[in-house]
Amino acid sequence: MASYSTNEFRSGLKVLLDGDPCIILENEIVKPGKGQAFNRVRLRNLTSNRVWERTFKSGESIEAADVMDHDMEYLYTDGEFWHFMLTDGSFEQFAADAKAVGDAVKWLKEQEVYTVTLYNGAPLTVTPPNFVELEVVETDPGMKGDTAQGGSKPATLSTGAVVSVPLFITIGEVLKVDTRSGEYMNRVKSS
Amino acid sequence: MKSQPDWQPASSRSALEIRAQQLSYVRGFFAQRGVLEVETPVLGRCSVTEPNLDSISAGVCVQGVEGGWLQTSPEYHMKRLLAAGSGSIYQILKVFRNGERGSRHNPEFSMLEWYRIGFDENDLMAEVADLVCGWLNCPRPQITSYRQAMIDWAGIDPFVVTENDLHQRCRQWLEPEQLQGLSRDGCLDLLMSFAVEPNLGTETPVFINQYPASQASLARISNVDGFDVAHRFELYINGLELCNGYWELTAADEQRARFAADNRLRKAAGKPEMAIDEAFLAAIEQGLPDCAGVALGLDRLLMIKTGTRDIADVLAFPLERA
Repeated sequence: MASYSTNEFRSGLKVLLDGDPCIILENEIVKPGKGQAFNRVRLRNLTSNRVWERTFKSGESIEAADVMDHDMEYLYTDGEFWHFMLTDGSFEQFAADAKAVGDAVKWLKEQEVYTVTLYNGAPLTVTPPNFVELEVVETDPGMKGDTAQGGSKPATLSTGAVVSVPLFITIGEVLKVDTRSGEYMNRVKSS
Repeated sequence: MKSQPDWQPASSRSALEIRAQQLSYVRGFFAQRGVLEVETPVLGRCSVTEPNLDSISAGVCVQGVEGGWLQTSPEYHMKRLLAAGSGSIYQILKVFRNGERGSRHNPEFSMLEWYRIGFDENDLMAEVADLVCGWLNCPRPQITSYRQAMIDWAGIDPFVVTENDLHQRCRQWLEPEQLQGLSRDGCLDLLMSFAVEPNLGTETPVFINQYPASQASLARISNVDGFDVAHRFELYINGLELCNGYWELTAADEQRARFAADNRLRKAAGKPEMAIDEAFLAAIEQGLPDCAGVALGLDRLLMIKTGTRDIADVLAFPLERA
């Protein structure tokens, strides 16, 4: 297995620490002019999502983690696994469990493309695109002519996600939603 | 989508202007004091043996000279000028250190180095204070010994702490297996960087002096209160290390012994040993006049002047854009 020495550290590097795959968020060299150099590193544990701060002596090395991001199309769920397919033309499929899918589950729409992070060849995390377009399947009746007041109400989308929307939104409309904040952006003109 | 190469400078136009003003301020300061500006090679046949400095090799091939090194400091060349009778001298130049890039480091950086004949480290600290405070309009620095700073901020006495207690203290940052093979000075450097430095010069600039003899580098050593200490000082402002100065060692045999000791440390750390600069030692043997010298990081001085915590803000083209 490959490893990285401290002078190869940079943000974005995927490494194995205490047996868990981590991504380096920040790498700072700390060194008195003529003294021993250390690297102060902030990492996110990709399994627990926790952020760690660790110190390394200059010259130490850590194992590289076999972690790769891939674009994959969401196919379907069988209740236990969520199935994705590489978009590179290989048609290779991967099954992600509930832990890997995590919060992304409420943004999963068939035929949409997601970033699936593979660790040792198995899905570790699923990241939705920043914006998805989803249909409203349930919400209180719209209140016409009340657009300026800026009140809001909950609306359930086709994936089961519930977002806060303006009062004029009705069932059947397609909305653009920011998956990072879960916020309604705008209505999408239906074709 | 292919991204464009980053061709634009990292620093603002105003940072360029302040850098130019800083250069002219420094030259004016030394002109007024009758210190001669000199230029010495950036590319040399030898480099330093310092265990914690990694030189960048140059790959020269000309007239039988092969290899060569970008200089980590102009010290040896400037001392050869001093030995040849130059009198007090200063230099502004680029120096190079491998493996150093971060918010306070760039592998190529601007250094101001000067030597004053007949000064000891206290005289030179006063002159550093004149130069720095005249430029930053800051209060004059306080002086705290290395020992006192360690006691105050790291909670250990660096001269008497046992190996065991020292390791225990370092456990806040390093795992036991990482501490294996880290020297006593390595542990002290860890505490200096992580526990002490962030607290230094936060209100008033501070000189740290009387370093342990094991960290003397090219400074003289004396016994103070029963402990061997180096006539060495550093200046800190806002937790940023700004300069490193010595009352210079003039004994050639002692100098040669320190180089050999450096190379033993390098070998133990798995680093290549460095050829000893015989031309430098010959000059010291001939006789280095009594003097004190200091190296000051001009990019860092500019960081303080412009109030930034990131060196890239004051460099036109840091490594990634160079």
